Amino acid sequence: MASEQQLTAIKGAKVLMVGAGGIGCELLKTLALSGFRDIHIIDMDTIEVSNLNRQFLFRQSHVGQSKAKVARDAVLKFRPHINIIPYHANVKDPDFNVDFFKRFNVVLNGLDNLDARRHVNRLCLAAGVPLVESGTTGFLGQVTVHVKGRTECYECQPKPAPKTYPVCTITSTPSKFVHCVVWAKDLLFAKLFGPKNQENDLNVRSSDASSSSEQVEDVFEHKNDEDIEQYGRKIFDHVFGYNIELALSNEDTWKNRSRPRPIYSKDVIPIEPVHQNGNQGRASAAGDLSSVSAMASLGLKNPQDLWSLKENSAVLLEALKLFLSKREKEIGNLSFDKDDQLAVEFVTAAANIRASSFGIPLHSLFETKGIAGNIVHAVATTNAVIAGLIVIEAIKVLKNDVKNYRMTYCLEHPSKKMLLMPVEPFEPNKSCYVCSETPLTLEINTHCSKLRDVVDKIVKAKLGMNSPLIMQDSSLLYEVGDDLDEDEVAIYAANLEKVLSELPSPVRGGTILTVEDLQQELKCSINIKHREDFDDEKEPDGMVLSGWTQAPAVEKNGKASADNGASTSGASQAASVATEEDDDELQIIPTLTGKKRKLSDVAGAGAASSDASSAAKEPKIKRKAEEIDGNDDVVMLEDGDSTNSTKKGEP
Amino acid sequence: MDGEELTEQETALYDRQIRVWGADAQRRLSKSHILVSGLKGSVIEFCKNIVLAGVGSVTLNDDRMVTEEILSANFLVPADPNVYTGKSLAELCSDSLKEFNRMVRVSVQEGDLSNFSVDFFRKFDAVVISSCSLSTKKSVNEKCRKSLKRIAFYTVDCKDSCGEIFVDLQNYIYSKKKGDGAFECHIKYSTFEEAISVPWKSLPVRVSKLYLALRVIEKFEELEGRIPGETSAADLPKVQKLRKDLCDAQSHDESRIPDSLLERLLEGRSEFPPVCAIIGGILGQEVIKAISGKGDPMKNFFFFDAMDGKGTIEDISEVQTDLPNCNLFSAITD
Repeated sequence: MASEQQLTAIKGAKVLMVGAGGIGCELLKTLALSGFRDIHIIDMDTIEVSNLNRQFLFRQSHVGQSKAKVARDAVLKFRPHINIIPYHANVKDPDFNVDFFKRFNVVLNGLDNLDARRHVNRLCLAAGVPLVESGTTGFLGQVTVHVKGRTECYECQPKPAPKTYPVCTITSTPSKFVHCVVWAKDLLFAKLFGPKNQENDLNVRSSDASSSSEQVEDVFEHKNDEDIEQYGRKIFDHVFGYNIELALSNEDTWKNRSRPRPIYSKDVIPIEPVHQNGNQGRASAAGDLSSVSAMASLGLKNPQDLWSLKENSAVLLEALKLFLSKREKEIGNLSFDKDDQLAVEFVTAAANIRASSFGIPLHSLFETKGIAGNIVHAVATTNAVIAGLIVIEAIKVLKNDVKNYRMTYCLEHPSKKMLLMPVEPFEPNKSCYVCSETPLTLEINTHCSKLRDVVDKIVKAKLGMNSPLIMQDSSLLYEVGDDLDEDEVAIYAANLEKVLSELPSPVRGGTILTVEDLQQELKCSINIKHREDFDDEKEPDGMVLSGWTQAPAVEKNGKASADNGASTSGASQAASVATEEDDDELQIIPTLTGKKRKLSDVAGAGAASSDASSAAKEPKIKRKAEEIDGNDDVVMLEDGDSTNSTKKGEP
Repeated sequence: MDGEELTEQETALYDRQIRVWGADAQRRLSKSHILVSGLKGSVIEFCKNIVLAGVGSVTLNDDRMVTEEILSANFLVPADPNVYTGKSLAELCSDSLKEFNRMVRVSVQEGDLSNFSVDFFRKFDAVVISSCSLSTKKSVNEKCRKSLKRIAFYTVDCKDSCGEIFVDLQNYIYSKKKGDGAFECHIKYSTFEEAISVPWKSLPVRVSKLYLALRVIEKFEELEGRIPGETSAADLPKVQKLRKDLCDAQSHDESRIPDSLLERLLEGRSEFPPVCAIIGGILGQEVIKAISGKGDPMKNFFFFDAMDGKGTIEDISEVQTDLPNCNLFSAITD
């Protein structure tokens, strides 16, 4: 295989790797062994214990250090004379601009999130540098090649959206454990420990205050002189008792649903002897966040155990107490972090008590952590295989061996006898707003919606732009950047709060907005269409973007072992909260949905399916003999089917 | 559920993979013992994978002294003659693997693989051998079979951009989830000798060309008394002759074993690291499946060729079964 031509291509190549996690470690090793000599690697993450089972370049002693830097040092031990430049930085930093990307012959992605993938895709398109993209979940993985003008770009096909849930499902009518987790994490935890001014759909009015209308007292307010113990029980009784009673009083809701059961703390845990097992202080020494633990003080050991309602209640009260007594300084600034032991304990307990109320099966801390933290399942072997496939494609790209480019799927169950299935890449999608210039349409109420709504919900969230610039004709409505004058900053800030039709250059039905990201060198036009009414549940954004496609969200069940890493978060209108998975692996394996994409059933079935056994679904692939070498054949995909490209996730 | 619970340390380290295969499987892994012989690139990859996965112990067997060529696809040994001089490849790899995961016992077994006894193999749950002669493959496989305890047997080879894995799990029984219940599955495997004795005309339709080509080269090495892998393009004429003889004897079409493929395999002394990663990854996964009893194990050959990019499973067994993957035997009610 190591032909002269190939060796020359490898030795002379300048490669950019994005991501030094699960795939990244394997990739850097395989690149170095294969003879690559000039490798730049970007990763903003630091090493965590849960990385060590597969990110083999890292050791326990490296925990907390930069992945990119430690990976470099580890590889130089067996290949000392090659050039590896690490960047402990976010690939979205402005330093990594189009000119930076132009310095490379090929870019190799080993990323863990959609945002960064889209960003790199755009920079590669703008810089004209080929991209080899990859991802794994459990035993499933894929490698794809994106060369501008030759093959589709990473965004030519819709990506599954993180699953979001209607507000009322989370606040009033949970039917699955995941709903309880979202409630515990995004509502209760955020309300108690997050920033005070956040929007939150939890009812804060207590029974006594409900009559005195405007001047309501927020039960969540912890007064300085208030006993911690009492405060904990007050919160408990409010959210699991009173709020449930309140919900029950709305008879309509329960016509076709089973009625929840209010739970009061005194019924679960008698008031006087609150658990004090004397175990306090026997905390594990692993690090700051895990040193305070309700499980430890209550003597609960195994994170895989199911706790009873009583145990959950004890954990909840204990965790709340520990937050208030040991970590009071952080309160008001906390956001849920799956590596924060106490936070996971709190959310597990709260989700389970709520589940208990609604007759939903309880889950262990281990499982709850997986759901709440959007933890992606990962094993070393799949990453190693995928990294090998990336290098094989990278070498083809460097040799400009266009006709042999392949997308390859790593499957859990063989399909047509294949575990590794190569497929010819698709042509660019002519209506892709990223790699071709197709205008989008935005239906919006121009008399109600503010520019801020458009920036947050559309330009950033949907179009994935970081530093957007918005123009109407030749007048600038909005811009971000370091080089703005003070008065410009003030004008844009003011514009953000204005309703579209009242902007200096008003935006109405028929207006065409130009939205641009200078760093990504991506520009697109949005035709504005005025519309008065939107369905709160189905169109929670209060606006609808079309011409931009997103695959149906992946419905998650509550079982951690079947999740694929797509987000479970997003209770309120703020839909999808950024995922918090720590490392390498992706959340987008089933990229292949939509027209002529039956193969999605292969990669997708396994990855997205909540039932592992259904992953064996036979893909509908027809073979077309091709005289390449003897009578070998090439896998072709079936054409012309578009069943699932635009279906929206069921709310 | 067998045995004690995982420790806190294990749960933290193995968190992401327990989410894939469960705590039971992890427990079984941590009690398993693996023998690995012939530390070529794909086997190095394999070792990394199972040490990371958290098997109980790994025993390495490869007495060779380190040369630059040996290190071409090896990331375990530092490229420093001061470090590697005077130690065997197995010792060096052992030093490095230990650091990957302190919970796995990594040790070295000196000696010639073909001299090890049935009693020796009995200590292991899985035996993985690489780059050895046809006769050694057969004899080690036989010894694993003779042990009363079931030992999973694997051979693996990478040549150029091609790789082959063979697996013999003897009579393998595992439970497979289906809906709410579980089924017990039985798979009957052939030995390596039985498998390669399957007449070519009875092979699966359009069997991987690699299977046939590798059998020709294997036979060639045996006839010539070569050290496995010690071949070059200069051997092509003799190998072509052997191919003709074998094909004639099996009344098989010679064109199914193209010259270009034979030539690549004969020249393939230096390994292609991406293929080592792929073969070592698939092999790692198979061994993990066999030990943990979780997932459908492959039967019984795997081939990969970077030229077409396909990773193919072939069932080449003495007796062709109608249900090669799983014979539903009995339903276990939940």
